[in-house]
Amino acid sequence: MSDKTIDRVASATPARVARKVKGLSDRAIAWIFVGPTIFLLLAINIFPLIWTINLSFTNFKANRNREVEYIGLRNYERILGDSDIWLSMQATAHFLFWTLFFQVLIGFALAWLINKKFRGNDLWTTIIVLPMMLSPAVVGNFWTFLYQPQIGLFNYVVSFFTGVDPSSFEMLGSVDLAPWSIVIVDTWMWTPFVMLICLAGLRSIPDYIYEAAEIDRASKLRQFFTITIPMVLPFLMLAVLFRGIENFKMFDLVVQLTGGGPGSVTEMASINLKREAFEKWRTGYSSAFAIILFVTVFGLASIYVKALNKVKER
Amino acid sequence: MNQLKLASVGALTLAASTLSHTAQAEDLTLCWAAWDPANALVELSKDFEKESGHTMNFEFVPWPNFADRMLNELNSGGKLCDLLIGDSQWIGGGAENGHYVKLNDFFDSAGISMDDFAPATVYAYSTWPKGTPNYYALPAMGDANGWFYRKDWFERDDIKAAYKEATGAELGEPKTQKEMLQIAQFFQEREIDGKKVYGAAIFTERGSEGITMGATSALYPWGFKYENTPGKYDMEGAVNSAEAVEALEFYKEFYKTATPPGYTNSYMGESLDAFKSGQVAMAMNWFAFFPGLYADPDTGGDKIDFFVNPPQNQAGSTLGGQGISVVSYSDKQEASLEYIKWFANPEVQAKWWSVGGYSAHNSVLNADTFKDSAPFAGDFLLAMENVQDFWQEPAYAELLLAMQKRVHDFVVADKGTAKEALDMLIEDWTEVFEDEGKL
Repeated sequence: MSDKTIDRVASATPARVARKVKGLSDRAIAWIFVGPTIFLLLAINIFPLIWTINLSFTNFKANRNREVEYIGLRNYERILGDSDIWLSMQATAHFLFWTLFFQVLIGFALAWLINKKFRGNDLWTTIIVLPMMLSPAVVGNFWTFLYQPQIGLFNYVVSFFTGVDPSSFEMLGSVDLAPWSIVIVDTWMWTPFVMLICLAGLRSIPDYIYEAAEIDRASKLRQFFTITIPMVLPFLMLAVLFRGIENFKMFDLVVQLTGGGPGSVTEMASINLKREAFEKWRTGYSSAFAIILFVTVFGLASIYVKALNKVKER
Repeated sequence: MNQLKLASVGALTLAASTLSHTAQAEDLTLCWAAWDPANALVELSKDFEKESGHTMNFEFVPWPNFADRMLNELNSGGKLCDLLIGDSQWIGGGAENGHYVKLNDFFDSAGISMDDFAPATVYAYSTWPKGTPNYYALPAMGDANGWFYRKDWFERDDIKAAYKEATGAELGEPKTQKEMLQIAQFFQEREIDGKKVYGAAIFTERGSEGITMGATSALYPWGFKYENTPGKYDMEGAVNSAEAVEALEFYKEFYKTATPPGYTNSYMGESLDAFKSGQVAMAMNWFAFFPGLYADPDTGGDKIDFFVNPPQNQAGSTLGGQGISVVSYSDKQEASLEYIKWFANPEVQAKWWSVGGYSAHNSVLNADTFKDSAPFAGDFLLAMENVQDFWQEPAYAELLLAMQKRVHDFVVADKGTAKEALDMLIEDWTEVFEDEGKL
């Protein structure tokens, strides 16, 4: 008996199955294997997408028994001309930019420190990554208490360092501070994720490169900018891509913290979309909004991935 | 042999009666918000279970998610609820979208007359189109937004003297909205028994309906109207009238000068917490909570008293409360109607009031003993005489969310003026009514 895998598989295949499979080309067998996946992909992703595009040209409301009319591009016109939508996009952009900025800065710095050999290195790594293991609902809830102006720890810490009265400012209730309060919480929660990716990048740099640089008498600063940064950059860009996509559709944490308020200053595009779709039940309108958001994320991500590939090729 | 026959017939009769009883006994699910009156209803419904043989199950959803959860359930044709105690504003959508069973024929056959219930509650909780004799619910829980205060503080000589010195007036239950603000401002950041306290807890919640219910408690006494002519949707000059602008500015001043810090997204729960923790001198909330507040060992009893939402240009209170409807998607409509018939019984209604629910039945409300039956009973009657409700249109959710946004933007987020907020609200509402084909 042959020891080849193919022969073992052939001998183990029941005769009835073998008769059916016999004569099938490799291509057909490949289709049998990938077919279910393609079917699920079509059913779960592609069909809903096409259906959403279709709905976006209608005045359909899922909670009403009335005839659906095709209204052309009217939903798109209304969305693009709606100042409230633009304000929610601005709130999203503010959140996106500053969370990425702080998470990359602090995440890289932490990775740099953790990468050094010191006692308790593993313990500190575990402690730092704890926040990202928590549920966003839990994080949102306990930060709501931390931000409470009368009993919240956050206000007391700020008061301790600055001397201002702890109940004199409201992180979640002030129009000026609320957008920053959600940036702080998201940064606290997700910086460890960026740190881990950066750490993987830093640990992938072979020691001999630094040793060669040392021999060439390159300063530490020069080593940092000419070896560390370029070699970690693809990892860093990947982290930015993941966090960027996640934060563009941020919902749970912000709903827990501010509910989109005060007023609408922290009403992200995703919160606005949820209100339009499942509270106001403007299904056609919200479908158009969802398509606009999808195209935006998809477009930006595609450009970014091209840039990422170029960096990797260097 | 005869004995054997007799035993067989007896056994068969017993089996048949058991089978027939089993076939009729249903597992009913009643959906409502999770709050004190819901717990009272669980107790009350045990009598129905004993009488009918049906089993009652309950699905209670916390208030902030109640509308979201239940409207989604109805819109998807869900069978979770056989009976639903839905908010008054849902009646239009419930009727027009076919979620609720029309009850006229049932009322006629069961001998239930809407004349036996307080007219304001029948109008608000049962009829669609408004005021017409088309009934989709039985008034189940009368409610309105009212106030309660620290009676023990109001009666203290040192505090009364300080108030007199500060304002020149006597400290007591406010007779107008402006007087109420003055009292709240007096208490704001005042030290009582070594603890800093604040004026009042009001509704400022953004996500569901909170700030709208709070702000309308100021708007209605100023004379706010949704339309110039009822049913015409002509809102210009009504929604943004000079009185409405003044009332909204008043509510903002109240929020800015007389509420605890961090009170930016607060509704029923926060109001109760602020009062029970001794943080505020006064608080607004629904009458439904008043029995529980009165029974509270720390701040209830002699320490608390209640008053109706004070008038300004006129008397006016924001309507709460709900009617009980049979969900049209339920497979157990007959048993559900049995429950409604049982619930409409005057004796059950009397017990409903005694266990903590607010009956809307005239036999309860007009009883000689009613006013003295609880310290808030008289105020409840007074409030129900002058209640006003939000739009009850099928598009109520869109109308409500627009008001939540515009009012919160102005009151809490300092965006624009009161006039601008109300002008934009008219624009939003006009767009909704245009979409609905009503304008």
